[in-house]
Amino acid sequence: MITELTHLLSTLDISAEWVGLRATREMSTARSSRDGRPETNGTSTTQGVMVEVLVNGQIGYGATNSLKPEQVREAAAAAYRQAIAASEWTIQKTGLSARPKVVGQYLSPMVKPFDVLTLGEINDVLTKICHGLKQSDKIVKTSATAITTETESWFVSSNGSEVYQKFLRIGTDYSATAQEGAIIQRRSSNGFLAHCYQGGMEYFITPELWNRVQQVGEQALELLSAEECPTETTTLVLSPDQMLLQIHESIGHPLELDRILGDERNYAGGSFVKLQDFGNLVYGSPLMNITFDPTVSGEFASYGFDDTGAPASREYLIKAGVLQRGLGSLESQARSGVAGVACSRASSWNRPPIDRMANLNLESGDQSFDDLIGGIDRGVYMEANRSWSIDDQRHKFQFSCEYAKLIENGKLSKTLRNPNYRGITPQFWNSLARVGDRSTWQMYGTPFCGKGEPNQCIWVGHGSPVAAFANVEVFGGGA
Amino acid sequence: MTTVERGALETSFNSLVEQLRAELSPDEQFTLTLTSEQSQFTRFNHAKVRQTGTVSDGTLRLQLMQDQRSSYQEFPFTGDVEIDQRQAQHALDALRQEVPQLPKNPYLVLPSGDATSRESHEGNLLPSDAVPSTILAAVADFDFTGIYSAGLVIRAYADSVGQKHWFATDTYSLDYSLFTAEGQAVKGTIAGNQWNHAAYQTKINQSREQLNRLSDAPKPIGRGQYRTYLAPAAVAELVNILSWGGVSEASYQQGGSCFAALRRGEKKLSPKFSLSENFTQGLVPRFNELGEVAPSELPLIVSGELANMLISSKTAKEYTLVANGATQDEGLRSPELEVGDLPSDRILTELHTGLYVSNLHYLNWSDRPTGRITGMTRYACFWVENGEIVAPIENLRFDDSLYQFWGENLVALTDFQEFIPDVGTYEHRNLGGVLVPGMIVENFTYTL
Repeated sequence: MITELTHLLSTLDISAEWVGLRATREMSTARSSRDGRPETNGTSTTQGVMVEVLVNGQIGYGATNSLKPEQVREAAAAAYRQAIAASEWTIQKTGLSARPKVVGQYLSPMVKPFDVLTLGEINDVLTKICHGLKQSDKIVKTSATAITTETESWFVSSNGSEVYQKFLRIGTDYSATAQEGAIIQRRSSNGFLAHCYQGGMEYFITPELWNRVQQVGEQALELLSAEECPTETTTLVLSPDQMLLQIHESIGHPLELDRILGDERNYAGGSFVKLQDFGNLVYGSPLMNITFDPTVSGEFASYGFDDTGAPASREYLIKAGVLQRGLGSLESQARSGVAGVACSRASSWNRPPIDRMANLNLESGDQSFDDLIGGIDRGVYMEANRSWSIDDQRHKFQFSCEYAKLIENGKLSKTLRNPNYRGITPQFWNSLARVGDRSTWQMYGTPFCGKGEPNQCIWVGHGSPVAAFANVEVFGGGA
Repeated sequence: MTTVERGALETSFNSLVEQLRAELSPDEQFTLTLTSEQSQFTRFNHAKVRQTGTVSDGTLRLQLMQDQRSSYQEFPFTGDVEIDQRQAQHALDALRQEVPQLPKNPYLVLPSGDATSRESHEGNLLPSDAVPSTILAAVADFDFTGIYSAGLVIRAYADSVGQKHWFATDTYSLDYSLFTAEGQAVKGTIAGNQWNHAAYQTKINQSREQLNRLSDAPKPIGRGQYRTYLAPAAVAELVNILSWGGVSEASYQQGGSCFAALRRGEKKLSPKFSLSENFTQGLVPRFNELGEVAPSELPLIVSGELANMLISSKTAKEYTLVANGATQDEGLRSPELEVGDLPSDRILTELHTGLYVSNLHYLNWSDRPTGRITGMTRYACFWVENGEIVAPIENLRFDDSLYQFWGENLVALTDFQEFIPDVGTYEHRNLGGVLVPGMIVENFTYTL
C-alpha cells in the first residue's frame, strides 16, 4: 500500500506546501451472547484515505472511502479548496514542523491469534460464560462479549514520510444482573468492556476466566443483600479498574492542550489547567507520578507514531505531584509553547487528528495491598466503574462503582452496594495518601473516549496500582 | 452534491438490492441498511478556523438469516456500482461461510411486510468555500467557537421480501458558543436544510444579548435544594438520557429501566408530564432495521401514567408482546415532551427566587432503579431573586431523581416548545432532535 500511496501522491496536481495521505483499513468482529443465546455476530470493515493539504499555513482535509485514484485526487482537490478558503481565517499558521518526515513501522504483540478459536467455539465460550454467571434464578440477565479489531494504517507525505502500523486489539466483557423486588444490582468483570488490550485470545481465554465468571455471578447476588454505602467523608481506596476512569477523566482530559487552547469549549469543554501551570502546578501529592506511555506491551493504546507521524515515547506528565507537560500534538505545542507528547490521533480515516490520550498510567508506589488496607482505620474500598460525570472544566466529578467493601481497623469487612463518591480534581489528587506497589498494578482500557468536532471515539489504555485518598465524600443510592 | 450525483448513489444502492435478491437461495433472507453522507466540517475557535475539510462516506450492513441463524457484514458504500457490487458479493460469500457455524437464535426475527417509502429533500446550503467568511464575518468581535456541519445524509433499507426505503436529505447545523473573557458562555444552535443568513444574524444577535447578561461576576451558590427553571435545552438533556435504560421494553424486562418502579406502581410522575414519539415533522426516517415503519405518533407517558414502552420486534418475540416499530436499541428517535401553560413572559415571575439553568452537561445515572440522575449546569445559568436576574452562577452539580423533578416537584411546563437538534457526529452525522418545553421544578437538588 505504501508504494501505491506514494505513486498516488506523485500524481496529485496540487500547488501545496505539504500533502499527506493516511490510508486506513480496519476489520472488527463483534460477538456477544445474552442469557446463553446469540445476541450479536458480525464483521465490520471500514477503509478509506484521509488527504491533508497544507496551503498558506492552513491545513485542509478531504477524506474518501473509495481507494480509486480519481476519488483520492478529488478528495485532495477538495482539501486544497478547503485550505484556501480558510487560510485568511486560520487560527495560527501551521508550518512543516507540524508534519515532520518520519519513516518506521509498529506491530502489535500477539500470542494467540484471533482465529485460534473457530466462530462456533467463540460462541460456545460466550454461552458457557452466561451459564456460569447465572448462579441463581435471581440473576435476571447475563451477557458476554468479545470484540476483535485488526487495523492497518499507512502514512506517506510529500516530505518523505513512510509509516506502516498494524494494531491487533481485543476487548472482552461479561456481566450478571441480579434482581430481588426493587433491588437491582449489576456486576461485571472490572467494569463495562474494561478488558481491552493489544494482543490476541490470550487476553480472553485466561487461566482465571472460569473462577472469575463464578465470582462475578456470586457478587451480583451478594450485592442484593449488601448494606448501602454509608454517607460520610472518609478514606477512599480505589482499585485499578476504577482508577482507569479516575485517571482518564480527572487527569487525561484536563491535560489535553487543545482543551486548554479552547478548541473543545463548544463540545467536551475546556480545562481548569492554564498554560502557565505547566512546570509549576502542584496537581497532586508527591506520591503522584503520571506517565504518557505508548511503549507498554499489550496496553490498549500503544503505538509507534501518532497520526501526524510524530514518533511516540514515554514521558512524565506529572512527576512527584508537579505538572510537567501536556497532552498536545506538534501543532498544539507550537500554539501553546508548552511541551507535549506524540498524541495527535484520529479515530479513523474519516476524521482529522486531534490531541488525545493514549496510554496514561499512574506509576506504582511501595505498598502491598495488605499493607495499604492495613494502615486505614476506616474507609471504603471500591471496584469497577458504574457511572461517571464531570464538569466541562474537569473540576467537579461524581463517579460510582459496582462493588465496595467497608474498611474497618485495617481490614476489609462488609460488602457495600451503590458506592458513589464525589470530589474536586486538584483537592482529590492532593489527598492521594497511599499508592500500591507493582504487585497491585493492573492495566485496562476502553474504546469509548469521545471528543472532538466532528465527534471521534477512540481507544485509550490506563494502568494503575491500587490507590488511597484521604477525606473523600462517599455515599449510596436511593432517591 | 448535484441531483445527478445523488441519483447515482440511489442507483448504486438499488442495483445492490437487485443483485442480492437475485443471488439469494430460497432458505435465505437478508436485510440491507445504508448509512451514507457527503459532509463538510468546519471547526472554529476564537472566531478563526481551527480545522476544515470534507468527508465522503457510506456503510452498508448486510445481515443474512438462515435456519434461525444470523450474522452481518458491514462494508463501504462508495456509489461506484462495480466496486459496491463486488464488495456486496464478497460480504454475502463470507456470511454464507459463517452463518452455518453459529448457534441458533430462537428469537431471530425475519423481515416481513410490504412497506416501501421514498423521501428526498434537496436543500440550499452554503457553498463550501463560503463557509469561513460567511460565518466568521458576523462574529469577528466575539470569542466564538463551534462547528458547522453540512451536506447530504442518506439512510436506506431493503430486504429479501421486497421492502425498500430511501431517505435522503441535505442538512446543515451550526453549533456554537460565545465566551466572555472570564469564561462564561452562551450556547446557540441553528439547523435545517435552507441556509438563511438573516436568521443566522438574528440568532447571533440574541446570543450577543445573552452574553451581555454574563458580564457580572458569578455568584457563588452553595449546595442545597433550589427552585429551578430548566430551559428547553436543559430539559432535552434529561429526555435524551431516557434512551439509555429508560423507555426500552427490553431494558425493563432485563432489570435495566428507570421506569420499572413506575410500571410496578411504586412511584408516580406528575400529571403534567406527557412524553411521546412524534414523527410528524419528518426530520428522521420512520423505518427501522427490519423495514418496519413506526406509527407517526406513539404516546409513551400520558399525564404521568406509563402508556407504552418502545418495543422492537425482537423484544416482542422474546417476551410475547406486540412490537410498535421501535429500533432494535429501543431508543427515542423523535421525542416530544408536551407543553404546559406557563408563558415565556411569566417564567422569571413564576420562578421568583432560584436558579435559571440554560443547559445541562454530562448526564449519567447515579442510581438508575430509583431514577436518580447526576450532571452539571452549563452555559448561561443565573441566580434569580424576586423575579429578576441577579447574577450568573458558577457551574453546579445536580443529583436528583426524575421521580422528584418530573413527579411531585414539577411546578410548571412552558406553553412553548423548542426544537433542540441532534448535532452529534460520532461515526456519522445524526438526524432529528428533541421537541421540548422549559420547566420549573421545586427543590432541585445540587450537591457540589
